Formats: sequence, C-alpha cells, structure tokens
Amino acid sequence: MAIQHLATETIDSSLTKGISIDPTTDAVVIDNVSKLFTKPRPLRAWFHRESKEEAEKRVIRAVEAISLTVKRREIVGILGANGSGKSTLIRMLSTLLIPDTGHISVFGYDVIRDAATVQRLINRVSVEASFFKKLSPMENLIYAARLYNMPADVARRKIVAILTRLGIKKDRINAPLENMSRGMQQKVAIARAFLTSPIVLLLDEPTTGLDPRSKLDVQHFVQELREIHDATILITTHDMEEAEALCDRVAIIDQGRIVAQGTVDELKSAVQERLGHIAPVTMNDVFMHYTVAHLITEADIQRYGSWEKAFEAYEAQKEDE
Amino acid sequence: MSSLIHQGRATYAFFERNWNLTRRYLAWEIVWLVYNIVNAMSITFIGVGVPDANYVVLYLLIGTAVWTYLSVTFDGVTDIINMERWEGTIEYTFMAPISRFTHMVGSCLYAIVHGLLFTLVQLIIVASFFHLDLSHANYLTAVFMLVLGSISFIGFGIATAILPLLFTEKGMQMTLIVKSLLLLVSGVYYSVSVLPAWMRVFSYISPATYVLEGMRAGLLHDQPIWSAEIWSYTWPLLLSGVISIPVGVFVFGIAERYAKRTGRLKRNG
Repeated sequence: MAIQHLATETIDSSLTKGISIDPTTDAVVIDNVSKLFTKPRPLRAWFHRESKEEAEKRVIRAVEAISLTVKRREIVGILGANGSGKSTLIRMLSTLLIPDTGHISVFGYDVIRDAATVQRLINRVSVEASFFKKLSPMENLIYAARLYNMPADVARRKIVAILTRLGIKKDRINAPLENMSRGMQQKVAIARAFLTSPIVLLLDEPTTGLDPRSKLDVQHFVQELREIHDATILITTHDMEEAEALCDRVAIIDQGRIVAQGTVDELKSAVQERLGHIAPVTMNDVFMHYTVAHLITEADIQRYGSWEKAFEAYEAQKEDE
Repeated sequence: MSSLIHQGRATYAFFERNWNLTRRYLAWEIVWLVYNIVNAMSITFIGVGVPDANYVVLYLLIGTAVWTYLSVTFDGVTDIINMERWEGTIEYTFMAPISRFTHMVGSCLYAIVHGLLFTLVQLIIVASFFHLDLSHANYLTAVFMLVLGSISFIGFGIATAILPLLFTEKGMQMTLIVKSLLLLVSGVYYSVSVLPAWMRVFSYISPATYVLEGMRAGLLHDQPIWSAEIWSYTWPLLLSGVISIPVGVFVFGIAERYAKRTGRLKRNG
C-alpha cells in the first residue's frame, strides 16, 4: 500500500500535458545511429600537412550503425566494456549529443527535432553523481523538481519519501552533499531521476559504487517504476547479475557496435551451443564470449593462469591499441 | 498558461539555486567583498590631496563601484556555464525541459540582484572613509544608469559564456580577458578622451562607457534622468541591450548546437 501511494504520487501529469503518446508506439527507436569524435590536432601539428592516416588516427568511432528498439514498459540492458559506446548512446538519447547519422525517437518524437518534447518524457542517471556538492540533497532536488515543473511543497514530500525509501536518513537530507559517501550521492542521483517520474528512464551504470543492499533497493525501485508507472527503462551496466535480475532483453555492445541482443535465456543458449558446453553458461560467459578481443585458447589460460585473467590481458592490450 | 508557470518556476529555480550557493560559499563572498573594498579604497585614495579632491575622489569612487558591479554581474552571467562545468551538473541542466532563454533569465536576474547588493555594500563602506560633498548628486540617475546598463552587460555576458561552453578548460580564463578589455576601453578610472583614437572606437561599443558617463553626470553634476545629457547615454545603452541580448542568445544557441555535435557538454571535455 505504501509503495502504491508513493508511486502514484510521483506521477507529474503537468509536465507531459499536451504531449500525445500512442501507447502502441515503440518507446525508443534507435535507427542506424553512428557517432564519431575527432580529437583536436596539437598546436604544433597545425604547421604540417596532415596525412590521411594521421587524420584517421584522430577519429574515435564511439557508436557505429546501432539499431535497437525498446517497447513500452520494457527494461532493456546495454552491456559493454569501458569505452564501448554505451554512454555515448545514452547521451544521444538524452538530447545531449547529436548523432552523425541515423535517427533516434522516443515515443515517435525525434531527439533532435523535438528535443523539448523528448526532454519532458525522459530522465537520466549517470555513473557520476553530478550535483552542487555544497548544497544539500533537499536543495539539489528542489532545484531539479522546479526545472521539471513540480511545485516545491509537493516535491518536498516526495523527496523525503524517496530518499528515506532508498535508505538515506532524514537528518542527512538537509546536510551538504559533499559530506556524503559516493554511494549515498549516487542514491540521491537516482532519487532525482525517480522524482520526476519519467516515461522513459535512462540509467547509465546507476548502481556502480553501491553496496549490495543499496543495489537491491535501487533494482526494486526500478521494477516498481515500471510496474506502477508504466515506465520504459534503458539501463547500461557491467553487473551481469543486475542485468539478469532486471532486464527483459539485453544488447551487448562492443567497439560501438551491437554484437548480440535477445533475452538472457536466448543469449545463454546461443553461447552454450556455440561453445559446445553441456553445462549451462552464465551471463559472464556470454559477455566474455561476445566482447573478447582475442579468442582465448587453452594455451592462453595456462599462460595467464585463468580464463578471466587472459580476458583482462587482452582487454588491456585492446585499450592500448 | 501551464507552460508559463513551468518557465516561471524554472526561472525561480536558478535564482534560488544561486542564492543557496552564495549562502554556502559565504566565506568566499566575504573574501571578495573585502578584496573589492580594499581595492576600491586604494584607488580612491589617489584622489585625496589633489586639487578639487571632492570631484576626483567621487570620480574614482564611481569608477570602482561600476567596475565592481560590472565584474559581479558579468561573472554571474558567465557562471551560467563556468559553475556548472566546475560542479559537473552541466549535462543535467542542458537536458532539463526548459528553454535556454529561461535558463539565462533566471541566472541573469540573480546576477543583477547580487551585483547591485554587492556594489551597494562596497559603496557605503568605501564612501564612509571619505568626507564627500554629495549636494550635487542625483541618486535616482545613478541607479537608473546602473540598472539600464545591466541589460547590455547581460547581452555581452551571454555571448561570452560560449567560451567556457566550447573550451572546457581554458574558457573561464578567456572570459577574464573579455572583462579586462572592457576595463581598459570603458574609462573606468579616466576619461575615454585620453585613449588613443583606435582604442576610443572600442569605448563606443562598450556599454560600461555610457554607464560610467551617465553615473558621473548624475552624481557629479546633478543631471536628472530626463535631461538631454542623460538621454545621450541612455539611448546607446538601450540600443546596445536590444541588440546584444538577442545576438548573445542566438550565438549561444549556435555554440550549444556545436557543443552537442562535438561532445563538449561532457564534464571533462
């Protein structure tokens, strides 16, 4: 009952008033999206003519021809190693980056052309809890609530309810954020996104740095948001257990490309079949299988001591390259 | 109507946030106030002991007050980006469902109120050290010129705020260069007539020139707002404000789009 009360209250219809949403439309459509970044040339290099190879070296292919559809009320996980393009994809969905090619839409609204509308439908939690650290959680969240058209008195009640629900003591709510641990700050960041009850919630490694209990709290809250508020959730994570617990489907991204997608069971079966294992494989095995830079052989396992260590060594080598 | 309430709420959000930050960084606020007071006094003392000391002291005092006001307001406006970069909140503000105009209006309103209060405190304290004859002072004209000048300062500030938006690490320092150039060409401590002809051209563009001239006419020569002399400073300020604010917002819009294309909104560039 308490859960029902909290979730119903967090719905803020004034923000989405006037936006027509067709419930049969896909919540998120990412269509053949690419994003390249170009590193600036060092000043001294300006006096030399740049060769084609040098110019190519400065280009970082963050996201390449990604297509993904997320249905309404779906929780989809994006799994990938560091630097694989997950956060770039989330930033493009958040209207913070403009794709070079392709289109992204949220409930039919284009993230570039209809950015103002999309911003009313979404919210995001990033891996860094970005706040005015001298201000308290209450001051930070009231500021966020006002930006999302929520009256301060309503927001205050919700902030206390959400933060205490996430395990933050009442006496910490009005103390400066800089005195809180990283995990606690991350919880406040999660509360900020939940506060506005977005129709599409983008979670970019939201539980990184949280203790196991806090992780579970956040995961329950995410599920609640979907069950009661009909939210659609896109989550990037390194945590395979989290992906299994939360996601209806997962997409594995490597070097800017989606290399596999499906339900957890589908991916596990596919990898088990490919590897010819009789025993069931884990999500870790699936992730390693699709993102490994080098096919790991028995010789590699003997050389590095274990399969995981061999994987890490090749990952480090890939990053160096 | 709902949209208006939303934008009004968001405008207040920026005002309230900046007020909260000022309260939390109170020690810094005091440091800057003391620094500005000492700086203003050390400049104003130059006028003591010279012939017609009352005129020179008041002339310099107006210069220090306007410079403080310009600095505080200008910093407040460019802090639209600087502060958010520093705190790492820039992406959250830029993905919030508000117009960039609302974002700027909220931040600029606070910058004006903050600048006016800061300057008033400085002026009262510094003026108390000198026995000034203010019998020919028209205070209404002085306040009018300062408030009118704010409009242009904001336009210039918004345009300058693109520097920290585009240059993640060096943009903040670049805004200081713009500010110091305004100090040089606007006749803060001297008449612009002493500047070389090529520099005087820039003084015509700087709104601070007209604010200073107008304030001096009001406080030194008792010129009322409706006088022909004050009007000669009023219309360039109005024109400057009418041009600089839309141009500033427009240029900022182009810079924001460029930042979104190249990934410069990200905290660490």
